[in-house]
Amino acid sequence: MTAMDQPSPADQAIAADHVIKRFGDGDSVVRALDDVSVTIAKGEFFTLLGPSGCGKTTLLRCIAGFETPTSGRILLSGRDITREPPNRRRVNTVFQSYALFPHLTVAQNVAFGLEMLGKPRAEVSRTVDRMLSLVRLDAFAARRPDALSGGQQQRVALARALATQPEVLLLDEPLSALDLKLRKEMQSELKRLQHETGITFVFVTHDQEEALTMSDRIGVMSAGKLLQVGPPREIYNRPVNRFVADFIGETNFLPALVEDGQVRLTSGEVVGQGQGQGRVTVAIRPEQLHLALPGDGGAIPATVEGSTYLGTDSHVQLRLVDGSRLVARVPSQPSGDLALPAGTQVGLRVAPGAVQVLAD
Amino acid sequence: MAMSSSAETAAARRRGRSGWLLSTPALVLLLLGAAGPLLVVLAFSLLSKGEYGGVALPVSGQAWFEIFFQRDIFDGTISPAKAHLAIFWRSVWLSLATTLITFVLGLPTAWFIATRPERQRALWLFLITIPFWTNLLIRTFAIMEVIRNEGLLNTTLIAMGAIDQPLQILFTDWATLIGMAYVYLPLMVLPLYAAIDRFDMRLLEAGYDLYASRWRLLRRVILPIVRPGIVAGCILVFIPSLGAYVTPRVLGGGTNMMVGNFIELQFGQARNWPLGASLSMALLIIVMVALLVYVRASAREGRDG
Repeated sequence: MTAMDQPSPADQAIAADHVIKRFGDGDSVVRALDDVSVTIAKGEFFTLLGPSGCGKTTLLRCIAGFETPTSGRILLSGRDITREPPNRRRVNTVFQSYALFPHLTVAQNVAFGLEMLGKPRAEVSRTVDRMLSLVRLDAFAARRPDALSGGQQQRVALARALATQPEVLLLDEPLSALDLKLRKEMQSELKRLQHETGITFVFVTHDQEEALTMSDRIGVMSAGKLLQVGPPREIYNRPVNRFVADFIGETNFLPALVEDGQVRLTSGEVVGQGQGQGRVTVAIRPEQLHLALPGDGGAIPATVEGSTYLGTDSHVQLRLVDGSRLVARVPSQPSGDLALPAGTQVGLRVAPGAVQVLAD
Repeated sequence: MAMSSSAETAAARRRGRSGWLLSTPALVLLLLGAAGPLLVVLAFSLLSKGEYGGVALPVSGQAWFEIFFQRDIFDGTISPAKAHLAIFWRSVWLSLATTLITFVLGLPTAWFIATRPERQRALWLFLITIPFWTNLLIRTFAIMEVIRNEGLLNTTLIAMGAIDQPLQILFTDWATLIGMAYVYLPLMVLPLYAAIDRFDMRLLEAGYDLYASRWRLLRRVILPIVRPGIVAGCILVFIPSLGAYVTPRVLGGGTNMMVGNFIELQFGQARNWPLGASLSMALLIIVMVALLVYVRASAREGRDG
């Protein structure tokens, strides 16, 4: 546990305390949130990551106030806001659909929240100007949203939500509608905005790469449960179970035996240390597998089944002697790549500490 | 290059011609069915009245003069035609009031329908259109049954002890207003529904998230966005209300005439066709001016906004 894992109450932006949300009733009841507890620190970039339907958006909507938890509490800076309506919470949302007001100009959209808060005219126009230059849309103030591109609309939505200086900004898959190049741009843009405003960001995505590159901490969700919370490296290198390991990045799963802290593959080789006892599943990342010559001391014998060239590296599909299959990621060489036709006998080395015994 | 572009313009011209050709039946119908008769009415309004109805020469501005002024039959003094102006005024305010009432009732109704699950909406819309199945006259007499002194409303109120004398609603302006609001309500609901149906409900969450109260959401988000529907509904209600004939005739009684009844009177019992024609034209001008004022106002608002 690092210090980031449990922020002290004074540093808490948002806390969910045993939040349960059920939809429907009788036989068709769905547990969208199943006892979720998490604390998000002030100024943090926190990402809720999970497949669609895992409850991440429901949690976001509970924080925004669009849904009321069936039980449990939502705290904003330590204050219980569970039953406060959205227009009373100092929390703003960037919607997946952007939800810009089509009848208002860009500047009027950004001004909306400030006007609703009853800010004086001069302050509103000053803040709007500042926000538009923050998202680099100064030149578009008088346009209507439908005259903007997707990326520009995205920025307006951001400026609109940031203008009122909320304590927390909620972002509901805001980049999913953008193409790859624009998405990358907006990712660094978001990081910059968060850095410049110092506002706590809670970001929802199903894109694990997005989560890894942007977040201070990630919460991985599945079926209404928060499975693991931690910094990206921890989530990637120390997944708590098979779901997290599988969802974040690519992983090889192999059956193994743990005896006296030694992890032994079913093909016989000892590949590392691990907790537990008896039959387990281990996870090894493809980039932690290195190819060696077949007879190399301690190398696991394997047969090449094929390979896929991906530019910076190649994915090599391998079969172990017990028949289990795995993938190794081999960096491309400037001198041209090794010829690895199917059937080539190779040796496999596992990087130290790369083997993760999974709780399943 | 030059050739291809001239070929393109030729093609465009052909397309334009075939477009005109396709709209010819509609244009002919409009010309014969609307513009033609309108010209006849205009011509009648500028003729003198015939002995037993109809029109006669010479050309005269007498009918237009009669709309606004009357000449005393004994001493020939000219004074404003108060009765005529009162009829116009009643028509305008009753129509405005009808528009307002149908809007206030129609907006929540349309909202309710548009927010039902998809499959239920067809049923609600169907229910809204059911009154159209019945003849207007019969519907108007049904309203009469409700509001007359021995009618449903009064007998119920008396039985409940709320009043001891029946309320005189029938043959007042209130009766006309109730009848018109009832008759024209669907014309308001349908365009409002169409506009609200297109309204993106997610904008409500966006506004609510940005500190807007429910009232502010209505004023600042919903009404401006569904405005085209409001405009269409108001036009669809206001214009036929202004020319209403059956409802004021049946419910308003002989003395609470609207322009429509007054025009009918000129072509019927009064046998003053030129006056009837000039009144018709005046009504048309009022409608056109009202529309023009509205269009100008909304264009200005669009520029400012």
